[in-house]
Amino acid sequence: MKTRLPRKRKVHLRIRVNGETHEVAFAPHKTLLEVLREDMGLTGTKHGCELGECGTCTVLIDGEPQLSCLVLGLECEGMDIITVEGLADGPQPHPLQQSFAELGAAQCGYCTPGILLASKALLDEDPNPPRDRIREALSGNLCRCTGYIKIYEAVELAARRLKDPKAEPSREILRGYEV
Amino acid sequence: MAGSGENKTAMMRLSKFKYLAPRSVNDAAKMLADAGPTASVVAGGTDLYPNMKRRHQTPKTLIGLRRVEGMRGVSGTPEGGLRIGPMTTLTALERNATVKAAHPGLWKAVHSISTPILRNMGTLGGNICLDTRCNYYDQNYEWRRAINFCMKCDGDTCWVAPGSKVCLAVSSSDTAPLLCAIGARLHLVSATGEREIAAHELYRRDGIHFLSKRPDELLTEIVLPATNGWRSTYRKLRRREAFDFPVLGVGAWASFDGPVVKEARIFLGAVSPAPVEAAEAAKSLVGTRLEPDAVARASDLAYGPAKPVDNTDFLTRWRKEMTKVYVKGALEDLRGS
Amino acid sequence: MSSPRPFKTIGHPVRKIDGLSKCAGVTKFADDLVLPRMLFCKLLRAPIPHALIRKIDTRRAAKRPGVFAVLTGKSLPVPFGILPVSQDEHALCPDHVRFVGDPVAAVAAVDEDVAFDAMNAIRVDYEPLKEILSIEDAIQNPEPRLHDYGDDGNIHKKVSLEFGDVAKGLAGADQVFEDTMYFEGNTHLPMEQHSALAAVDPDGKLTVWSSTQTPHYVHRALAKVLEMPPARIRVIACPNGGGFGGKSDPFNHEIVVAKLALMTGRPVKVTLTREEVFYCHRGRHPVLMRVKTGVRKDGSIAAMHFKSFLDGGGYGSYGVASTYYTGALQTVTYQVPQYRFDGVRCFTNKPPCGPKRGHGTPQPRFALEVHIDKISERLGIDPAEWRLRNLQPANSLTANHLRIGSMGLGKCIEKVVRGSDWRNRFRRLPFGRGLGLACSSYLCGAGLPIYWNNMPHTGVQLKLDRGGGVCVFCGEIDIGQGSDTVLAQTVAEVLGIDPYDIRVVYGDTDLTPVDLGSYSSRVTLMMGNAAIQAAERARELLAQAAAEKFQIPVNRIVCAGGRVFDAGDPERGMTFAEAVVAAEAKYGTIGTVGSYTPPVSHGKFRGSGVGPSPAYSYSAAVVDLTVSPETGWITVNKIWVAHDVGQCINPVLVMGQVEGSVYMGLGEALMEEQVFRRDRHGVHKFPSLLEYKSLTTMEMPEVVTYIVEDPDPNGPFGAKEVGQGPLLPIMPAVANAVYDAVRVRVDEVPITPDKVLKALQSPSKRYGPTRIPEVTLPEPIRVPTPVEGGDGRAAGGEGERKKKPSGASAGVSP
Ligand SMILES: Cc1cc2nc3c(=O)[nH]c(=O)nc-3n(C[C@H](O)[C@H](O)[C@H](O)COP(=O)(O)OP(=O)(O)OC[C@H]3O[C@@H](n4cnc5c(N)ncnc54)[C@H](O)[C@@H]3O)c2cc1C
Ligand code: SF4
Ligand code: FES
Ligand code: FES
Repeated sequence: MKTRLPRKRKVHLRIRVNGETHEVAFAPHKTLLEVLREDMGLTGTKHGCELGECGTCTVLIDGEPQLSCLVLGLECEGMDIITVEGLADGPQPHPLQQSFAELGAAQCGYCTPGILLASKALLDEDPNPPRDRIREALSGNLCRCTGYIKIYEAVELAARRLKDPKAEPSREILRGYEV
Repeated sequence: MAGSGENKTAMMRLSKFKYLAPRSVNDAAKMLADAGPTASVVAGGTDLYPNMKRRHQTPKTLIGLRRVEGMRGVSGTPEGGLRIGPMTTLTALERNATVKAAHPGLWKAVHSISTPILRNMGTLGGNICLDTRCNYYDQNYEWRRAINFCMKCDGDTCWVAPGSKVCLAVSSSDTAPLLCAIGARLHLVSATGEREIAAHELYRRDGIHFLSKRPDELLTEIVLPATNGWRSTYRKLRRREAFDFPVLGVGAWASFDGPVVKEARIFLGAVSPAPVEAAEAAKSLVGTRLEPDAVARASDLAYGPAKPVDNTDFLTRWRKEMTKVYVKGALEDLRGS
Repeated sequence: MSSPRPFKTIGHPVRKIDGLSKCAGVTKFADDLVLPRMLFCKLLRAPIPHALIRKIDTRRAAKRPGVFAVLTGKSLPVPFGILPVSQDEHALCPDHVRFVGDPVAAVAAVDEDVAFDAMNAIRVDYEPLKEILSIEDAIQNPEPRLHDYGDDGNIHKKVSLEFGDVAKGLAGADQVFEDTMYFEGNTHLPMEQHSALAAVDPDGKLTVWSSTQTPHYVHRALAKVLEMPPARIRVIACPNGGGFGGKSDPFNHEIVVAKLALMTGRPVKVTLTREEVFYCHRGRHPVLMRVKTGVRKDGSIAAMHFKSFLDGGGYGSYGVASTYYTGALQTVTYQVPQYRFDGVRCFTNKPPCGPKRGHGTPQPRFALEVHIDKISERLGIDPAEWRLRNLQPANSLTANHLRIGSMGLGKCIEKVVRGSDWRNRFRRLPFGRGLGLACSSYLCGAGLPIYWNNMPHTGVQLKLDRGGGVCVFCGEIDIGQGSDTVLAQTVAEVLGIDPYDIRVVYGDTDLTPVDLGSYSSRVTLMMGNAAIQAAERARELLAQAAAEKFQIPVNRIVCAGGRVFDAGDPERGMTFAEAVVAAEAKYGTIGTVGSYTPPVSHGKFRGSGVGPSPAYSYSAAVVDLTVSPETGWITVNKIWVAHDVGQCINPVLVMGQVEGSVYMGLGEALMEEQVFRRDRHGVHKFPSLLEYKSLTTMEMPEVVTYIVEDPDPNGPFGAKEVGQGPLLPIMPAVANAVYDAVRVRVDEVPITPDKVLKALQSPSKRYGPTRIPEVTLPEPIRVPTPVEGGDGRAAGGEGERKKKPSGASAGVSP
């Protein structure tokens, strides 16, 4: 059996993911996406192209949404990374997670982690984003399932719930329009 | 038929490299000189990393500029000429109130780039030095092998224009035509010295050697001209309002004497390997008040220099026709309200 | 239906049962799975579109450190394919490649880097053949043949069906209209790239996890190609990160990893790159169409002749069915008393086409709805009015023997017409702004299975736990549409419990009864009916036990609100869990089953397998858009869409499907282009997410969704499909709106600004094809229509549907 491998030097460093500092060793040419998924077992971060063309791999780096497929793992030393696994507060889902689930903003759920993080960054910056602002903030995340509408509605509901946990969606959002 | 090189793989993973993280411009310049032609600097990586994953570029050494001091941020005043560090992210520029107020043209160009998330990562310096694009080239290694490669990378024929001696890959930076039009200046530093050039001098009409900058030179500063009685704007044609590179960009600038145009410059992006000056069109505007006739005449004149070829999205003929419409729109912006 | 109304969970916006898991990143998609000692597989794909393989040299690759196995087509000689009539694919091409991207060899290695390098060390010697890159190429060049089967050279399939006498019908019509249209074809583009993982346990059982919509057919293909007993193979479908039909075929990579796992004794995973996803394709066929319609003075249709030419790509896939589908559903929306359909599918050296959302019907629907817009205009009838006047009635048989049940199209039209203020705005907006209307219909599952047999199309098993939990087993797979939730809601409704107390076990050929798969909009209707049957059987056992305990007649027992009680005295009752305990004490372990087989279809002629369905959904849409006369640019302002879903199971899911369909339809209408470079060996022009244009948030307009409910007796609680139908009206509605805006016709999809501008500048004010190729067609199979007294059989006993013993026959009806 041919198991002799070309020698690979791994880098060994600390990165803060979801509030915890991890010591990880990985090949220096690995992207953050690969480090998260392959070296840290955090498979919640998805990928659709690995070339920056879809937004599926979005994570927060120091609070800003960035594409983990185009960031080197080793450039993340000392930075604060939030992935979808770090959105909930203990057992309590983030209001965005709650509203996305409730309003069907996650259909297949594949684009969802990235969109949740882009949405979180938006709400952190603007707790009351108008529809156009949401549209703009999410314009770097492709979703093939939803047509984005349920996503906007879910972001709006989460924004309201961050202020008033009892906020409810409208009848049209839950049951369709009437004429 | 099968591939040869070890590194020439199609996987969407980076090729292997040694990573250096200098702290100062001087260190960076020295590392770049020492590492020679197989080195590359990386800023946000949003252009370089996809290229590396597609094996267009396989630098042996990567010099990351993230931690270099003094390459980030906006300084100076609009009236004295703003100075922008090349490592300033596009988002930072977009959010800079002074830039937005004093340089609406630049702001529009920056705002139109890629997506909000990519703008958090991409830098102005990287945008200025952006690789030229062509849809025979921006593909995986395997795909390019299937077309027998092309002149720009691993091959020797240009498939867009098989007779062409030069590569016609398109200058696709949104800021390039605007910076050329307003007459921005670029500061370059190498281990052996430094120099300043006008933005339009950076670009060459050759899709492979598209920058006049030497490989060992770093772009260290972008200097915007003092604002005094001129206006600028940018118009961009693309399929989708996010993600898409320009298939036509119009950077326009004019200085005024009251309502009368004193001087004007128009640069067209994404129709050639370099931003193209529509000099006659601009000249025709001098002395006018950008009235509809003058705008129409200039738009017609800008049609000539636009020479798109069939290597981007959309039909070439239609893209060329759009030059008139987009130049007209840009000039109407300049006329303002 | 014996379930009490009003429903407790049916019709309510219940949160998806896996919604929070998806939002927590916990849902495991195929590429998220990791097993110890796992190897990575890469496929070497052909760089030329048409060639014979002279020689493959794998020696250098096999010697590389870290490489565990190298595989070529020689080791997997058995062909496969989704349809029994098109078993024309190989896991790896043994001797003939048919498109750029066709896999020829595979490697398993310790990691992706090593696998890639090894893959590139494989040498393949090809003998290029003439490239067949279009419908015309295929018709003009019978040689060299892509396949040694098919109807004529490179023509894969020719069909011709005639219902009634179309020539006579046309001759007797007051006016005859004719149009030629082209639909370019496009791909599914699920965000998740296909992935599969295979592992063999030491006792010889093979397990394959895959992002597949059809675990049952993957199971069949694996058993066939690996020549292993199906009992030794387990296929587990992982939740799909989007499917849209693109994960409905058994794929090469699934078979290859299985073989590699068998060879190496280690788990092997493959995840396709985005580029490779474009090569899997099976997307929308490019279709060139001609429609000729004879119309009477009052505008009603006297007869219609529809011809379609399909560009099939390199393999059969679902193509025979797709061909029939381009002619099947023209009759279910408006009355077409005499109807003829001719279809031709060609093989070309491009990635194979197959089923994409709407499977074979969006192309003819586009042609038909634009054609009708033109006819109404020339007759001076409002197109909404024309449609309302000519609706196919509910509970009727169409000329081609399709049995229509509930039919809510009229209501759909009225909603969108009112919502959009159509009557005041159509043809009255300023130049540059327009409204367009179009309608459609779609199946709720095919009436016949792919392999004709007498077995059910789906099965559901229930296991009731003493603690009150219910586990539901079904071979269905959730591809984002929410089928797990539909299943849980259905069972919860019948048993009167909370859907979150239900666990759904799905898509596992070892654990779950067969469900044919998530395609042809069959899941809600078929699985739903099976689930009702299984749940009613369970309820019966609980009710018997409870009735005995309370000493009351069983028909007084009600299951609701988590309790089992006396309808006459609700106080007298017990919890659901107590009822399970009572039932288990009485009957032993409580498990029930349900299954569903669609009603026998009316048509008995050859080709009648495609089209029949237990029910048909209906949709109507109005598009409001602006066209710039200067650039041809289209900006969509707003869309109103109404969909007749029979009975809504979950309005949030229904709206999600409608809005998602509108999104995908709009992409097809405006910008998605699946094109190939003729000058460069037919490579896909841009197999990337950047250049294949899918709408971003910035292009997606506001959508107003109306849910119309016209319950169908064949649907579970009356429910019909929603996943595909609402996509269909979008493309023609856009085309019709462009005409309303600037009075030009773009008879082609996608409708790009350059085409609009060209039409504006042309004297004919039209852009689109004018000619169709000449092909000799077989004599049509003539079937008298029901009105003529036809019983669904072909005239003179010819063209009978072939009847073979179950399991073995040549069905073509997904
Ligand atoms: C999906 C997608 C869409 C995009 N859309 C657009 C678009 O619409 N418009 C557009 O203009 N761009 C677009 N881009 C390209 C890119 O994101 C931007 O141009 C960005 O600004 C590049 O900056 P960067 O810092 O990421 O560059 P990098 O990738 O880091 O660098 C790009 C090049 O510049 C060189 N370089 C960088 N900084 C310096 C320096 N200081 N001195 C010398 N050389 C330097 C690098 O060596 C490299 O060759 C897109 C990219 C993607 C992936
Ligand atoms: S323009 Fe020609 S040489 Fe340049 S990248 Fe395109 S095909 Fe290659
Ligand atoms: S995976 Fe597509 S942008 Fe990162
Ligand atoms: S929910 Fe499937 S891609 Fe967005």
